[in-house]
Amino acid sequence: MNPKLTRRRFIKGVIASGAAVTTTTMWYVANGQDRPAGYVERLIRINVNGQVRNVDVAPQETLASTLRYKLGLTGTKLGCNRGECGACTVLVDGTATYACSVLTHSVKTGMIETVEGLESANGDLHPVQQAFVESLSPQCGYCTPGQVMAAVALLRTNPNPTREEARQGMSGNLCRCGSYDSYLDGVMRAAEIG
Amino acid sequence: MAYMHIGKDFVPPDVPGKVTGRIKYAEDYTRDGMVYARLLTSPIPHARVLDIDASAALAMDGVVGILTADDVYPDGEPQSTGLKILTNEPTLVGEPILALAAVDEKTAETALAAITVTFERLPFVIDPLDSLAEGGPDAYNGGNTFVFRQGFVQEKWTSDQVASFRAGNEPSAEAPTELSYGDLDASFSDAAFVYENTFTTAGYPHMSMEPRSALAYWEDGKLYLHGGSQSLTAFADGIAGIIGVAKEDLVFVNAATGGGFGQRARAGSVPVYGVPAKLSQKINRPVMMRVTREEEFTIGGARQGFQGWIKLGFRSDGTMAAADLWIVSDNGGKGGGGDAFSATNAISIVYQAEAVRLRGVSIGSNTAHRGAQRGPGENQIAAIVSPILDKAADELGIDRLEIRKVNTPQNGDVGGIQRQPFTSAYMPEALEQTAQLFDWEGRQSRRRQRNGSKITGLGIGQGYHNAGRSGMDGIVMMGADGRLKVHNGVGNLGTYSYASTSRAAAEVLKMPWESCDIVTGRTDLHLPITSPQDGSNSIFTNTRTFWGAAQDMLAKMKEIAASDLGGNADDYDVSNERVHQIVDESVGYSFAQVAQRAMELGGKYTGESELPEDLAEWTQIAVSRLAGSGFMGVYHDPAHSGNPPGFAVTAVEIELDVETGKVEVIDISSVADSGTIVHPQGMKNQLVGGAVWAIGLSVLERHLYDPQNGLPASTGFWQSKIPTYLDAPAKIETGWVDLPDPENPVGARGIGEPAMGSVSAAINAAISDALDGHIFNATPVTTDMIINHVAGISEEWVPLAQNNFRG
Repeated sequence: MNPKLTRRRFIKGVIASGAAVTTTTMWYVANGQDRPAGYVERLIRINVNGQVRNVDVAPQETLASTLRYKLGLTGTKLGCNRGECGACTVLVDGTATYACSVLTHSVKTGMIETVEGLESANGDLHPVQQAFVESLSPQCGYCTPGQVMAAVALLRTNPNPTREEARQGMSGNLCRCGSYDSYLDGVMRAAEIG
Repeated sequence: MAYMHIGKDFVPPDVPGKVTGRIKYAEDYTRDGMVYARLLTSPIPHARVLDIDASAALAMDGVVGILTADDVYPDGEPQSTGLKILTNEPTLVGEPILALAAVDEKTAETALAAITVTFERLPFVIDPLDSLAEGGPDAYNGGNTFVFRQGFVQEKWTSDQVASFRAGNEPSAEAPTELSYGDLDASFSDAAFVYENTFTTAGYPHMSMEPRSALAYWEDGKLYLHGGSQSLTAFADGIAGIIGVAKEDLVFVNAATGGGFGQRARAGSVPVYGVPAKLSQKINRPVMMRVTREEEFTIGGARQGFQGWIKLGFRSDGTMAAADLWIVSDNGGKGGGGDAFSATNAISIVYQAEAVRLRGVSIGSNTAHRGAQRGPGENQIAAIVSPILDKAADELGIDRLEIRKVNTPQNGDVGGIQRQPFTSAYMPEALEQTAQLFDWEGRQSRRRQRNGSKITGLGIGQGYHNAGRSGMDGIVMMGADGRLKVHNGVGNLGTYSYASTSRAAAEVLKMPWESCDIVTGRTDLHLPITSPQDGSNSIFTNTRTFWGAAQDMLAKMKEIAASDLGGNADDYDVSNERVHQIVDESVGYSFAQVAQRAMELGGKYTGESELPEDLAEWTQIAVSRLAGSGFMGVYHDPAHSGNPPGFAVTAVEIELDVETGKVEVIDISSVADSGTIVHPQGMKNQLVGGAVWAIGLSVLERHLYDPQNGLPASTGFWQSKIPTYLDAPAKIETGWVDLPDPENPVGARGIGEPAMGSVSAAINAAISDALDGHIFNATPVTTDMIINHVAGISEEWVPLAQNNFRG
């Protein structure tokens, strides 16, 4: 092994070059080794909120962990970490997805959107966020980012839902404060102003 | 009264942060050098730790240290039923035994698996009645109940007494607690209809969305603790004592809290924050303790369950003559509560019973920690009593709305065991308004109509909770920029009362809201003491304090203006951010100028002298740190008189499917009597949130434990199903009476808890209505119970079961 190729230097080099996949693969090529069985590329590039991010992801790491603890995107909340509550809802290629229940590696080629990516460049809130403010949809707010992302996904596929359709469309997200009525007010308001 | 802010909607300043994800909850913080703590919790329901061998774990790379109960309590653990930071005497599955810190969570988990804990298994009990029976296991070491100033004691009934109670009879045992008023026998003898039966209400977890994760570190002798709580300064005041740090050396950071519902109001319910605090102190590193959903279930608290007997007597005109209750309250493995007392008080207050008696005992079970949960006692009993009231109405030939009207509390009445007068009470108006909002009369033709397998039921219910306290402190500040800074220690639970109560100060000074700042979120911003944010009290309690603090600032403004500009203080008023003469508004100071003058004058104007007597220690610390830094208004609120009630009335329509047992709530209309409405959107949120919680209480939520091994079977959102979008109606109708309470400067009283009780009462009444008046005498009424009833099978195959299936 090249004595200058420490793990730290290697990672720094990958981040600097933005060429994780190629570089890691080349390490094996350069050393004349095949990749071990079960090998998973740890240094990957993922597209989050339109930005390509280079990140070291363990094979068993969930998308929620990557977003929160590697990329500092703490708007994605963990309420149950087992696919029951929806607080961690993000969009993967436009589909509402529980970030606690998918591995980052399984969605690394997807376009990932989180609550942090919704505001416009000039700081204007997304219509769903604005409508949730006007309707005072959140109470404690812990489930709110997930509710926002679920509503964004719903309105992209159904821009003018009935209240019943909105109720069905949002039903993968729990709110222990019981603010469902106010979230539905927000979804309907977002459809109006969106 | 025409207000500038009160009764008007506004955007609380934390809302944009909630919809963008920017606002930070405890686990969103990081700190350089931070390590991760994981908890080793008890795998068995009742045990004693004999030995801990952590040598292999401590030898692992990346492991930084451990914390045990011996570290936390070197002089021995406190002998009470209260939750402890860590324990060697677990009385419930999941109770924390030790914590281990490592450079990452994977290392911490791996190391935990290498620790050997030797437990001595002790007898455990899941159902309090099994413990009451002679020879039955005791949940605690030293007994099955805890008596103040006496300690653990054993409370036992004969097996025959337990069997008789389970068979539906009045308990014959002598009650350790007995409270009453009125002549019970005489009142029952006046009754034209008497109903008597046993009942159960289930315990179930709070299940706040945010687990109680926390970050702690020490810097310059100060403890910085990031956690979630319902209260801010009241919680900090308590957790300082639990951790053992001086109040002035604790910085509690809590910008937002992901739910509380009674369980995070007081520090005694969340002593686990002591883990990162103590561990950080021991290893001298910042410690993040992430709590899982399963751990949140086991140490996150639960409502007390009841195993009770109730007897209600009604006169021929429908008035409630007497109420007699015997309640065995489930104290769980830790904690406890006064739910039975509150339940009895609620019957006295809501139905104005002439004579009332409570006999009761609290018995431990090796199940989840118990504590206050939204309407503790009042809301369980509301769902039990309402169907009985309907049966009385039917038997006496009285309309079901009418029987509530003849019993309703109103202005001038007294209520409760202590026979306390109300500060005001507009339940009659709320009943009338609900009937109109719901079209109670018009819907009567739908009662018991069958559509395929579905039967329509109608129900009406009432909720109550004491909704206001006093005796707290307020601080407002103003700098040379003339902006009003309201130092608010209420805490951000999601009710927005921290913001609503601040508007009382803006109202006094006639300040545009845009010129006001709420100073809150962390205690090193110097915040006054408040009452814990529980018991629906915040809006009443803290509008009083901030109104008072602003009045103090207003009086000082007028004094300064009169002294500098001539005339008497009474010659001055405020408007448009100026203090000015009433007769000549051109003579005056802008707020920026008067604040500047206050700072030049110092002394009482800047909090350096002539402070109110009786400021709490916490407030004194805040005032001393703010003194001299700006123009200060400060106030200690005296005690109010009377009981400020929060009342709600709800009507519901349900469809009950006799083939599946499912109860679908079709419509809900709720009306609040909570004084003047300060924040209409916030009020609406409390009413709709309470309604959803009520669906959980009435038909969904309950603890389930494996009776053979004592293991919890309902640790997640799915197993302990909380209501979803699809369990609630697509639209919930709300309204309010909006008449002022005389004991509050803006006329406000609280609402959070009765907003749930009234809906539970209505739903359980509607279930009974749909089943031709059958009364289950239980919450929740689950699908299996309904199917069994419809099939003619007893729905109570384990009579009075607690923490287990009833039917």
